[in-house]
Amino acid sequence: MPAIPLSKAPQPSKTDPGQIRNFCIIAHIDHGKSTLADRMLGITGVVEARNMREQYLDRMDIERERGITIKSQAVRLPWKSGIDGKEYILNMIDTPGHVDFTYEVSRSLAACEGAILLVDCAQGIEAQTLANLYLAMENDLTIIPVLNKIDLPAAQPDKFAEELAKLVGCKPSDCLRVSGKTGAGVEELLDQIVAQIPAPTGSADAPARALIFDSVYDTYRGVVTYVRVFDGKLSPREQIQMVSTGVRHELLDIGVISPEPVSSAGIGVGEVGYLITGVKDVRLSRVGDTVTSYHNPAKEALAGYKDPKPMVFSGLYPIDGDDYPILRDALDKLQLNDAALVYEPETSVALGFGFRCGFLGLLHMEIVRERLEREFNLSLISTAPNVVYRVFLEDGSEKIVTNPSEYPNGKVAKVLEPIVKATILSPSDYIGTIMELCQSRRGTLGGMDYLSEDRVEIRYTLPLAEIVFDFFDQLKSRTKGYASLDYEPIGEAEGDLVKVDILLQGDTVDAFSSIVHRDKSYPYGVMMTTKLRELIPRQQFEVPIQAAIGAKIIARENIRAIRKDVLAKCYGGDITRKRKLLEKQKEGKKRMKMVGKVEVPQEAFIAALSTNSDGESGKTKK
Amino acid sequence: MERQRNSAEGALSFYIHIPYCVKRCGYCDFNTYTPQELGTENFALITTPYIEAVMREIELAKNRVGAISVPTIFFGGGTPSLMPSSEIAKVIRKIGEEFDLQEGAEITLEANPDTLSASYIDELVAAGINRISLGMQSAVPHVLASLDRTHNPHNVNKACELIKSAGIEHLSVDLIYGVPGESVSDWQTSYETALSLPIDHISAYALIVETGTKLAARLKRGELQMPPDDETAEKYLIFDEAAESRGFRCYELSNWARPGGECRHNISYWNGSQWWGVGPGAHSYFAGRRWWNVKHPVTYQTALVNGNSPELNSEILSEENKRDEFVMLQIRMSEGIPLSALTAGEVAKVAKYRDTGHIEGAGWEEGHLVLSRTGRLIADRIVREMLV
Repeated sequence: MPAIPLSKAPQPSKTDPGQIRNFCIIAHIDHGKSTLADRMLGITGVVEARNMREQYLDRMDIERERGITIKSQAVRLPWKSGIDGKEYILNMIDTPGHVDFTYEVSRSLAACEGAILLVDCAQGIEAQTLANLYLAMENDLTIIPVLNKIDLPAAQPDKFAEELAKLVGCKPSDCLRVSGKTGAGVEELLDQIVAQIPAPTGSADAPARALIFDSVYDTYRGVVTYVRVFDGKLSPREQIQMVSTGVRHELLDIGVISPEPVSSAGIGVGEVGYLITGVKDVRLSRVGDTVTSYHNPAKEALAGYKDPKPMVFSGLYPIDGDDYPILRDALDKLQLNDAALVYEPETSVALGFGFRCGFLGLLHMEIVRERLEREFNLSLISTAPNVVYRVFLEDGSEKIVTNPSEYPNGKVAKVLEPIVKATILSPSDYIGTIMELCQSRRGTLGGMDYLSEDRVEIRYTLPLAEIVFDFFDQLKSRTKGYASLDYEPIGEAEGDLVKVDILLQGDTVDAFSSIVHRDKSYPYGVMMTTKLRELIPRQQFEVPIQAAIGAKIIARENIRAIRKDVLAKCYGGDITRKRKLLEKQKEGKKRMKMVGKVEVPQEAFIAALSTNSDGESGKTKK
Repeated sequence: MERQRNSAEGALSFYIHIPYCVKRCGYCDFNTYTPQELGTENFALITTPYIEAVMREIELAKNRVGAISVPTIFFGGGTPSLMPSSEIAKVIRKIGEEFDLQEGAEITLEANPDTLSASYIDELVAAGINRISLGMQSAVPHVLASLDRTHNPHNVNKACELIKSAGIEHLSVDLIYGVPGESVSDWQTSYETALSLPIDHISAYALIVETGTKLAARLKRGELQMPPDDETAEKYLIFDEAAESRGFRCYELSNWARPGGECRHNISYWNGSQWWGVGPGAHSYFAGRRWWNVKHPVTYQTALVNGNSPELNSEILSEENKRDEFVMLQIRMSEGIPLSALTAGEVAKVAKYRDTGHIEGAGWEEGHLVLSRTGRLIADRIVREMLV
């Protein structure tokens, strides 16, 4: 039995770096990462079978429900190698699996010497996994290719072993075959982690340097910071300092996760653990920052720190205006645990008081919105997501635009918009339709490679704005759900962009303004005016709906005036019924918004602001 | 005529519900039952015990209200003309015994033009009926068929002659427009026919499709189609013009009368007066309380036979309730609402309708909110804007 009782395993702060292996698992959602992790917890004995629950490491409800991991964790697993019979400490660092969290993934990778590339051998590798694999290779990590779910009837291990071998640069026979579900091959995998992944190196005598790869807010303990020590040692009660932010803290608690937190006498070179300083805001303990000793500080920070940069913006408004303070408090609370979330108050003529929020990407946006609705019981309207524009005016000044309604009218010399490099993996049958979609979204083909006979990797450069608008849904529906997408920002490019305003009875509805490419402005205008004509009930006067670029009207629809809105009969019992209807309407009034003189039901806003056809706002199907 | 609100504090109008019909029409969701539904073909078996129960409720009213003056009685239904005239006479007599039935009180009976005979009308006159309301609905056979009504349009002419020659002073017909399959010219035919009758009152209702009716089911199945709302609005406007040119005045949104032909009973609903509805499902309003009876005639009779009240439920109107009702009902009337009865905010909200011609400019200058012809068509919306 290669498991070691915890009490007899090498203890934190006293473990020789030569005995340590730090690794992460790169996998796509659904490819079985959490199940494999569960299995490793079981086999190494850190979780007893009776305490086991599914997806042990995923903490938030949303994570467990959606089967995705948002926040990473690190678990210390003692393991006696079946090859050399020696005792080791394996630190498994979990990584988030989504495109929006590339930076967090890169920091998790930076904390490891090796990575397991885990692929479902019934599905093959997906675009995000590929992107993370490249990231791991750039970080010089040792890659162990592993085919999972070999117990499935649809498994094609031979086919996907070739695919992996080609990507990693090994022989197909080097790919391990496991089943997280049955446990088959997992012990061998643990042995191979010991055998293949190099031990960490570092100077025990140098001033302490530890990389923050995750930072989580806990209601009871404040911020819990996860670190990997590169040099020196961190000890309890020590004064520490964050190099980039310069913030100084006292280490109230330090320890390792196995898989519940256990305090220790410190953590040393190569070790992974948690720190608690009593701070209440994750922004004071940022992912990518370097922790050092306050009294004996390191001269240089570890490389790679970046401030999280929101890429996608959306206005969030409570459906019931009275909920505004609740929304404000909720955002304050979420920000304690999400350094990437930014927001500032915003007022919309059409939607009232709300917040302009910045997110890392669409999934991040969706998760925040869902948490606000679920954990704080809020009903929200969100405006269509948009990217950040840098607008240069003719007078030479520059304006950052995160809300389309603030886009300057006229006098624009040039506009820069964010550009991404997108990688799409798909069965080769869909190459045509994917290229068609990307061309129609102002894409430039960067290259194409066959991963195997019938699977292809297509690379495009695209404006992020095009991806933000309905791209996932289109890609999925055109490829029957088979294509996967990953993208990373690569800079900015000038775009021939215009702001399209939507006017109701001559009044601009700020929430509907959008920045689009000039060639798309007409179809966009027609789409919005037609949609609104269907959604807005007839009023007592004619309501023109116009789409305009500046003063130029590019599309127009008309809602004819209503001529009849009265019930003919009103006797005895009708009177009570009629009055009760009036009372109901008084209750429902909150759901009506006045735009100028035009009554617009809340539902019309929600439907008009959704970027996809099923009428739900801000949904991405990942 | 007295039209001031709540002027009749010391008065009580009576509505007598006759919940029986020979057959149920496809559009109707009123509380009415066919002999078949009640399990007998013999009307007498139904009517005699029913009227007994009605008498008990009138006694109950007396106990509750005490001596009070009664300005109007209205027999509605259902089909009140199915009742033997002797039963109608009993009810009127009973009200006269228990209360102070005013000299010249308006006593109306709704009648089906098919079943009226000269002798029956004479008996009604003798019983005290002085106003008859005929369910004409339309003069066009295919429109009547759409409404699931079977009467021969010519019977209406005949019935009117009989009624007038019997000396009944006030005669009204009901019309329904905006019916599936009804063209604008069909409607013109109907109202021209009606306007040429010897009548002093017309009620014209745009068809309301009530859920659960046969009509609603047929529309849902696509067998019939409602005409466009705009066309129905047009029908209202052309009828209002035609009626006016023939000496009728629209005194309430759906009611037109020659001078003196206004229905005093219905006005009592709209001006906040007190009324007692006798019969199953009937609503009443007295001393600021609104209540309504159990719906089924059998449950209703059982309650009264056992000496209990047939009341099912009630509500006390709050000041806000009363205000809402005042605005929503009074705006339907030709004299409109005095601006002094509205808040500055309400006046400001609806002032725009003066500019659009939905509110009469002349009335506004004199301090009254009076809806114009086009304004009456959006009365509910204007009320909503003021109160909601």
